[in-house]
Amino acid sequence: MTARVITVTSGKGGVGKTTTTANLGVALAMLGQRVVTLDADIGLRNLDVVMGLENRIVYDLVDAVEGHCRLRQALIRDKRLSELFLLPAAQTRDKTAVSPAQMIELCDQLRPDFDYILVDSPAGIEQGYRNAVAPADEVIIVTTPAVSAVRDADRIVGLVEAEGKGPPTLIINRLAPDMVQRGQMLSTEDIVEILAIDLLGIVPEDKQIIISTNSGAPVALDGKSPSGQAFRNIAGRILGQDIPFMPLKGSAGMLGRLTRFIRG
Amino acid sequence: MGFLDRLFRRREPTSREIAKERLQLVLVHDRIKISPGTLDKMKDELIEVISRYVEIEASSVEVTLAQDKTHSRLVANIPVIGPPRHSASRQAATKSGAGGDG
Repeated sequence: MTARVITVTSGKGGVGKTTTTANLGVALAMLGQRVVTLDADIGLRNLDVVMGLENRIVYDLVDAVEGHCRLRQALIRDKRLSELFLLPAAQTRDKTAVSPAQMIELCDQLRPDFDYILVDSPAGIEQGYRNAVAPADEVIIVTTPAVSAVRDADRIVGLVEAEGKGPPTLIINRLAPDMVQRGQMLSTEDIVEILAIDLLGIVPEDKQIIISTNSGAPVALDGKSPSGQAFRNIAGRILGQDIPFMPLKGSAGMLGRLTRFIRG
Repeated sequence: MGFLDRLFRRREPTSREIAKERLQLVLVHDRIKISPGTLDKMKDELIEVISRYVEIEASSVEVTLAQDKTHSRLVANIPVIGPPRHSASRQAATKSGAGGDG
């Protein structure tokens, strides 16, 4: 096995990169893949807390890079899924503690033992972002339907393509179909038209995300929540399955046009 | 942009439509890396250059950035009044250069 490295980034902070990384990790592992999620947000780590593994951290990414431990020792196996691992970030250092070249080498060491390496990028376009994108085979950009998030996502699309890591794919997070229908929120179609990249998935606004993060149980484990279903669908698409987009309320007309965007 | 104008004629734009239009405009600037302020400066210099060749209505000149499917476009809308103000000296220069009718 040789892993595919996927970096999840956004530019804008708070749009759901960490939630997406954690949930795609869980969903891919539920589909039988061997996955490591890698927190590249050194100094402001959160992947550990979202996955509920914060009490298990002994060594982290920086320890491994600096040779204070073997890489294996820094990997934390998930509580629920035996094929899912976390490589946490350091909390007491900052983004300059590792370099893009070290990130590439780190991922190369992990590649033989995994099917997927999901890298959770920090917000921004500085070194933290560069560290996260350096080892990527492909990039997923997360945005919400807010003007500021889409603007930042556009900048990231340009940067990713300029680095030869493109084209990236898009996840639209926190879409509220009733607001779209009332003309109060940008639609999936609007955002795809503006950013002009392929849509990988849409995750609806879902209060369950907060509740599941409270207890450190990623929502993809929850069979009932719509956002959990969305993450599981995205994982399926990553594996090459042809999964139609969920019929969100009021989006019947959009889906047909969306299909054209994806095929075209 | 023209399509949106036709849409808005009967009713107020929704906040979604406003957001989309603002985003598209700000992104054209972001992608070309020309701020609206720089565009104004470019417009002044453009007026200066064009005025040497034709007389234009400087106060009505519009220079905007637009986006279609293939290109970002710099669109200049320049009302032209007539030949340049110093047309007599220009005709004299043309006569001596090309040996015209006199």
